[in-house]
Parts: sequence; C-alpha cells; structure tokens
Amino acid sequence: MADYFNEMYHSGAVRTPYARLEDWMKTMPAEFRQMKQAEAEALFRRIGITFAVYGEGGDPDRLIPFDMFPRVFTGAEWARLERGIKQRARALNAFLVDVYGRGEIVKAGRIPANLVYQNEAYEKAVVGFVPPKGVYSHIVGIDLVRTGPDDFFVLEDNCRTPSGVSYMLENREIMMRMFPELFRANRIQPVDSYSDRLRRTLASVAPAKCKGDPCIVILTPGHFNSAYYEHSFLADLMGVELVEGQDLFVEGEYVWMRTTEGPKRVDVIYRRIDDAFIDPLCFRPDSMLGVPGLMDVYRSGGVSICSAPGAGVADDKAVYTYVPEMVRFYLGEEPILQNVPTWQCAKADDLKYVLERLPELVVKEVHGSGGYGMLVGPKSTREQIEAFRAKIEKDPDNYIAQPTLALSTTPTFVAEGIAPRHVDLRPYCLVGEQIDLVPGGLTRVALTEGSLVVNSSQGGGVKDTWVLAE
Amino acid sequence: MLSRTADNLYWIARYMERADIAARLLEVGSRITLLPSAHGYRSEWDSLLQSSGTADGFARKYGNPVQRNLESWLFFDRDNPSSVASCITAARENGRIVRTALTSQVWDALNTAFQELRQLERTPRSELELSRLTDWVMRHTAMVRGAIDATLLRNDGYNFLNIGYYLERGDNTARLLDVKYYVLLPSLEFVGSGLDNYQWTTLLRAMGAQRAFHWAYGGDVTAAKIAHFLILNPQNPRALITCVAGMTNHLGRLAKAYGRTTTAQSKAAIMLSELETTSTDAIFDEGLHEFLTRFIGESIELGTLMHECYLSGDVR
Amino acid sequence: MRLIVDHVTRYSYDQPVRGVVQSHRLTPTVFEGQTVVDWQVTVTDGCPGGVFRDGAGDRVQAWSVAGPVSEIVVHVKGVVETRDLTGVLRGHREIVRPEVYLRETTPTWADAALIELSSAADDASGPLDAAHRLSGAVADAIAYAPGTTEAHTTAAEALAQGKGVCQDHAHALIAMARHRGIPARYVSGYLFADAEGQPHEAAHAWAELWIVGLGWVGFDPANRCCPDERYIRLGSGLDALDAAPIRGIARGPGSETMNVRVVVAPEATQGQTQQ
Repeated sequence: MADYFNEMYHSGAVRTPYARLEDWMKTMPAEFRQMKQAEAEALFRRIGITFAVYGEGGDPDRLIPFDMFPRVFTGAEWARLERGIKQRARALNAFLVDVYGRGEIVKAGRIPANLVYQNEAYEKAVVGFVPPKGVYSHIVGIDLVRTGPDDFFVLEDNCRTPSGVSYMLENREIMMRMFPELFRANRIQPVDSYSDRLRRTLASVAPAKCKGDPCIVILTPGHFNSAYYEHSFLADLMGVELVEGQDLFVEGEYVWMRTTEGPKRVDVIYRRIDDAFIDPLCFRPDSMLGVPGLMDVYRSGGVSICSAPGAGVADDKAVYTYVPEMVRFYLGEEPILQNVPTWQCAKADDLKYVLERLPELVVKEVHGSGGYGMLVGPKSTREQIEAFRAKIEKDPDNYIAQPTLALSTTPTFVAEGIAPRHVDLRPYCLVGEQIDLVPGGLTRVALTEGSLVVNSSQGGGVKDTWVLAE
Repeated sequence: MLSRTADNLYWIARYMERADIAARLLEVGSRITLLPSAHGYRSEWDSLLQSSGTADGFARKYGNPVQRNLESWLFFDRDNPSSVASCITAARENGRIVRTALTSQVWDALNTAFQELRQLERTPRSELELSRLTDWVMRHTAMVRGAIDATLLRNDGYNFLNIGYYLERGDNTARLLDVKYYVLLPSLEFVGSGLDNYQWTTLLRAMGAQRAFHWAYGGDVTAAKIAHFLILNPQNPRALITCVAGMTNHLGRLAKAYGRTTTAQSKAAIMLSELETTSTDAIFDEGLHEFLTRFIGESIELGTLMHECYLSGDVR
Repeated sequence: MRLIVDHVTRYSYDQPVRGVVQSHRLTPTVFEGQTVVDWQVTVTDGCPGGVFRDGAGDRVQAWSVAGPVSEIVVHVKGVVETRDLTGVLRGHREIVRPEVYLRETTPTWADAALIELSSAADDASGPLDAAHRLSGAVADAIAYAPGTTEAHTTAAEALAQGKGVCQDHAHALIAMARHRGIPARYVSGYLFADAEGQPHEAAHAWAELWIVGLGWVGFDPANRCCPDERYIRLGSGLDALDAAPIRGIARGPGSETMNVRVVVAPEATQGQTQQ
C-alpha cells in the first residue's frame, strides 16, 4: 500500500487530525467493536435508512454498510477545501446562466459549442429564462478524491440532485449516540444545521410573485424510488411536505398542492425527479411522475424548481473538463481544486492515447453514473480490457478516460481488524442568495481490499466525516 | 395536510382494524369446530366468511371450508385482500409512504409487525398453532393502536387515523351481527325463542366481549340484550353507537381545525342522533336485518363522503 | 396580404374530465413577414395561466380548466397582415443557438434511405442551393397523400412508404438537413391555398433551415416553395411534438376525441374549409 496516501499514518507518524483516534482504535476490544457494529446496524434498520440498487433486484431494504472509523479533516484542510468547493459551485452556476443566455464562454472559444448546445442535457425550453437569483444548481455535490497531504482532485460534479446527504446526517447521529466520548475528546464541527440551511437556501430562491413565507415542497418519484428514504427524511427535517406528482396540479398561473383543506399554493419545488419526467407537456409526454403544465408556470415566474431544469449540462462528464476554464472565465480566479486529467475519446489524439494505455486508465461513459459501465484498467483482466476496447472503438464519443488515481486510504474496520481502505468525499454545497457549506460530507469507502470503486451499488460503504474545530 | 397523506393514514387504520377482525374470525371459527353443533360447523364458517365479505373468493379458490384452508385464507392468503397478511402488508406500505406523518414509535410498531409477518410466512405451517397466530395479530394491532394514542401529535392526521378505525370497526360489528342474525337462523320464528343463544354467544366471543356482556347485563342471554350491547351501549368499545360517536368526535375536531364543516360531519351527526334516540324495541320493530342493512349502507356513504370531502385531492 | 384565420379545436370526452392543462403556441410570430391586426384565443371554461416568450421567440400561453367538463373548445380568431420575404425569417428575435437544432429526435432520425436521399445536395453550389435541393428531393420522394400517416409516423417510415402529409415532409427535410450538419427545425402555422393551388392543409407545417448569411429560411416541400405571404408562422421546435400549437392533458378515465376546423382566407373573400 506504499503507493497510497494513508490519511492516518504518514511518514511513520500519526497525522494530527487522527491523533486522538489511535488510542481509541487500539484499546477497543474486538467483542466491543462487534457489539457496536451490530448496534449501528440495528439503529440504521430501525430508522429505515436503506438503499435499493436500481435493476439489481434483491432485498429492497438493504443497508449500506456503515464503517465506524471516522474520516477526519483538520480545520485548515477544510478551509481550503471549502474555498475550492464554493468557487467551483459559483463557476458552475455562472456557466449555466451564461449558456442559457448570451453564451459568452462559447463565443470566446473557451468551450466547444457542440459540447454545450448539442448536449442531451441542454434544455432548449429554458433558454432565455433566468431563474430567481440566477441560480440553476442549488445543491452542488462535488466528488473529491485525495492523493496526498495537499492534493485533492475533483472526480465529478453533481449539479442536479446529488443524493446521499441523509447518510452524512444519520452517520453523525449514530456516531454521537454510540461514541459520545469521542465527541467530548475531539472538537468536531456539527453538521446538523444542514436541513435549516437547505430550507433557507430554497426559501431564498422563491419566485418574485411569492409574497411572505414561501411554501416549499420536496417532489419525489414515489415510495418505490431507491432514495425515497432520503426524500422523506429531508422533508421531515425541514418540516415541508413530501409530494408526488399526483399531489400537485397547475391552475391559472400557479402550482397547487392537494390538501384536505383544499388547494394550497406551492412556491418552491425541490425536485428529486429528472428533467425528462417533470412535465409531460414540455418533456416526455408519457411521464406519469410529473406535473402537467409545471414548466409553463416555472417559465412565467409562478414557481421555482430546484435544481433548475437544464442544470445537468454543467455536470456532464465531457463538460467537466472545462470547469477550471469556467473558474478562470467567470471569476477571474485560478481554480483551487484541480480536475483529474481527462482524455476525451471523441478527440482523435486522445482516443489514440487512451487505446494505447487502457490497462493503466479508468474509462467511463460520458453519461454514466453509479460506477456502472466503467473500466478500471489496472484491476481488469485482459479479456475485460479487450471487450471494453471494442466498446470504445464502436462509439468513442461516449467515453472519457482518466489516469487511475491513487485514492487515499483511511483506517477501516474489516473482518480481520483494522486495515486501510480507499475513500472519496462528497460535500454538499448550497447555493441560493448566499453560498453555504456545512463542515462535512459523505465519505464513501471501498470495503473490498484494493478496490477503488466506492459506489454503494458496487460494494461501497460509508463513514462519518469529521472536520475539527481550529 | 396533503390529501394523499390523510388518505394513507386513514387506510393504515382501516387495514389494521381489518387485520384484527380477521384474527378474531379465525379464533371464533376454530372454536366452533371444537364444540358440538346442531348445524355442523360448515355453515358457521360460511357465515363468518360472509361477514368478512370474502366467502365468494374463498369458494372460488378452495371450495369447501376445510379448517386448514380457512386458516390460510384468513391469515396468509394474498389473494384475500382482507387476510391478516394482506392487511398488515398494506398498512405497513401506507405507513412507509407517509413516514413523515408518523412518530418513530408508530412506524416501529407497523414495521415490526410486518417484519415478523415475513418470518411467520417463512415458518413451516406445522410449527404454527392457530392460537399463536391470532394472539400475535391482536398483540400487534394493539401495539400500533397504542403507539398512535401514546405518541402521535393530536393534529388532523390523528383524526383521520381515528375516523378510519371507527368506520372500519362499526362496519364490521354491523356485518357480524347481520350475518349471525340472517344466515344462522333456520327460520324467523326462532328469533327471541332462546334456541339461538349458542350462536349469539359465539358472536360475542368474536367481538372479544363475552365477559363484558355478562358484567353489563347479567342473567340470561337474550336477543334484545345482545342487540342493545352491540348497537346501543356506549360502554361497549365495539358498539355501533361508540363507533359513530368516535367518528363524530374526530370529524368535529377536523371541522374546528379547518374552520369549515362538510357533508361528512352532517352525515355522522345524523347517524349518531338516530342511535341516541332509538331503542332495541324500535330496532326489532323495523327488523334487525333491515336496520343493519341501512346502517351498513350509511357507513359506506360516510366513507364516500370522507373521500370526497378530505381524501380525494379534489377538495375545493 | 391580409389573412383571416378561424381555427376551432373541439375536444370531447365520453366521461367528464378534470384538471385540464394546455400549453398554447397559437400567436403569430413577431417578424417582418407578418403583423397581427387582430388576434384572439379563447378556451371554454378556461382560466388563463402564465404567458411568456420562450428562447425561440414563440409566445407561449398556458390554460387550465378545473372541470369537470365534457367538452373543451379552443377558438383562435384573428387577422394578420403578411409580406413575402421569400422564406427568410427576418427581424425575428430569439436566443436559442442554431446548433441546438442539430440534435436528433425520434421522428427526425435519419436512416440509411434518408441519408441516401440527402446526397441530392452533394453537388450543390452553396448552402442555399443545397437546402433547395434537399427540399425538392423530399417533395419528389414523398407524395402528398392525406390519411396514410399518423401523428407518430417518423420521417424514415414516411419515406419508406413514399407517402405522407406536410408533417412528414417537414420531418424528412429536417432529418436530411441535420445529417448534413445544417441546423433545421419544424415550424407550425397556417396556410392560405388559393383557388388554383392544391388543397393542402390550412393548419400547416414546414421546415426552417439555418443558412449562414441569411439566418433561418423556411422551406415547404409539400408545396415546393418557400413560405410567402400566404403563410402565417406560429412557432417552432425540434419536431412536430416540440412545435405543437396545442399540447394538453386531461385527467379522467374516459377517452377523448378531437375535431379540428380551420379556415384561412384573404379578408373579404370566400375561404376554404378543412374538416
């Protein structure tokens, strides 16, 4: 494991943020650990925080494995990350306002026109419409990986509806309940203000037509959706209604919610449904999940939709390459967080390079997610690589490639005791009238030894993420 | 409150009450088979199936009422929408949809019932005694009901839950009473003759009210006493008057909270005032069956009004 | 030319419906080729919703009908002064980039036959000539035959059977143009066909192609011409569905039947009717 940065042990010593964890770790008897692990699992199951993997069948009430060993950042480390995350979230939103307006970045030749305007995620329907406060992506989930003490890279941006924040909050609740002494010994910044901050963010983008306290709802595809727990969890924490498409209807210039007391006007919709399904009159006519006529109300300023329809063009994997350029173009700053070098197979030179080095690279589908449809070169067999080569050659535009990153590791409880496992990090940046970030995020951990795939659908687990107070 | 949320709460209550009733039917039905009967237990079972409105479904699937099939039908069978398994599964799913409107205790009670049901379904039938099954159901329905009463906010959702419970319970009391009266008597001359005491006792047992009845009335079991107990005695938690009064109470609280009354309140008020002013004599004069048929009809009508006035989402 | 439009769409439901919502693109485009003298859209029992001009310059008006109703009538009535700009969409304000109209949709997907047909433009003298050649090729390959295609027919299917209506002609032209890298879009509107002309649909559709130097230029393969003063332009989109003058949805268990009557006539003369 010498090639990988271990966040706890570095150059033969325990790094500062983990100093107080070493004793805890070393003195914990195995039986105690097993007892606590069982307790954690019972708690998760009790609150019903489960995860269903799309298309995999099996137990719909499956738990994501929770690892009790926390992942820790110092206040100083976090301060830099925070600046970088907020910078990136600002640039992504500026990009969205621009490409649905004058398109200056394209005119300036800083990003190819076809990448933007012919992108599947570019919504013609919202061209020329500026959402309240000029915000398209209200919750930006930025996936980060670490390769050294000061080396962080952005793996991808999630501008639509990044999920997983309920794990960030529940992991912390459970850790505090099980190990209060850890929280007394370490000064850990709280994350539980997230729901208040989210509500404030959503309220701050209420449409101009809304006078007084805006009525906010969360729109879910329904209780069969794998993230339904998270939807109801957030609704509960914010004290807002969790609605399905059938609970809303359009009449006149507004969207209304069906209540036992009659129609109630809705001002802000935090939707967890893809663009294509939110309005059968504007997008997919066969959608049963959405609200007919919603887009007309939205475009005439009667309701706000978060994230704004069309936000997906900013988190496309091919557009990703240009995010540092966006930071420079719109903010006039140098990017604080680096991109992972990326080769676009759509470009002939890049394609040639990628095909020559497949065993070293990670290759992903441009529109893929969840760790599906990707090749991790160093972890694949010759046959797998050759099969993937054929796929790339058949449709090069659909693929990008990146070097295999040496993802950092943190100590993790495994069957044999404690061992380093690879992790990533997803913080959730809130963008409304102000830009806001709670000190923490979701750390995902690849539980299989040597694995670099942290996705929960591929055997990944989660950890509590600590940011220490200075 | 969202209409859909109210609708789910209302149905959680109706399904849990229905599961409870299915278990009581099972218990009383199996008891019949242990006792000598002039009619044979087949007709007894048939009458119980008819009261649950599932006799046709049973006949189509199983034909003759054999004890084991009846147990399957009333407890495990998913083809029977009123079986214990169907009701608990539906109640739990309704609960999952409206998690945010339930306390964790209520959810826990619903979810635990469902998780244990899945274990029961995996257990070989030879290892399951009927009494264990029926006790299990009544314990869990009581736990859910208790969690609701002990922990839930007294808001509109609480009222919808209670209305669901009372509506389902009243409807079932009326149906059980009607089935006994109508199906079991060989001819009308037997009414009041004392020959049907055994069947009335069975009925009381199905309501879990046999002892309560004797405490309340003493002496011989007569048709008039039983009718009074099950229809007009407000001390009996399953009496029609208790159920209608419960609905009236919770509908009244809704009217107050919402600052408006609907046709549902008027309907419930009319039903209550009739029960408060009538007597067993008057009911027997009208004809018990006719009275019950009318009550069941009005109960259904009240359910429809609940849907229109609160639950359908088309409320204006 | 001053054209009078009288356009009635009648939706009948065999069981009453509630919560009807419609999105209309039923207002003549603002550009140098046409000026609205008078224009009115009514919806029976309708409550007007939001109204805005979208990125493509179309005026969108939302309507809702709470119901329950068994019938909804959308009535468009008005007078428009038109000018012949030989198809050029001059003086039109829009911000959607032409590149957006290179995107493929299901009805405008170019199959091998459409690609083959698009070679008609191989030896064109310039982009405008290429566009004319493509339009002519469509007119030659797909004969006008009402009733042979339906709303969901794709360009490829229409070409395969060699028959279709204006929607199919437009889709085919769009598919071929996009295949050749020419941005193209679907346009819906009205057409007055005079006594000598062929009796083509009064509720009409054609295509616009992006010609560098000229901007958007209309082509009507169905009538082998470019839109002139007989045409009234309403709105555009990637395909027929995207450009539909009326998109709507009703809530109810029954079925819907739709009846359309359109009359387009020069002011103070006899019009033509299409049932």
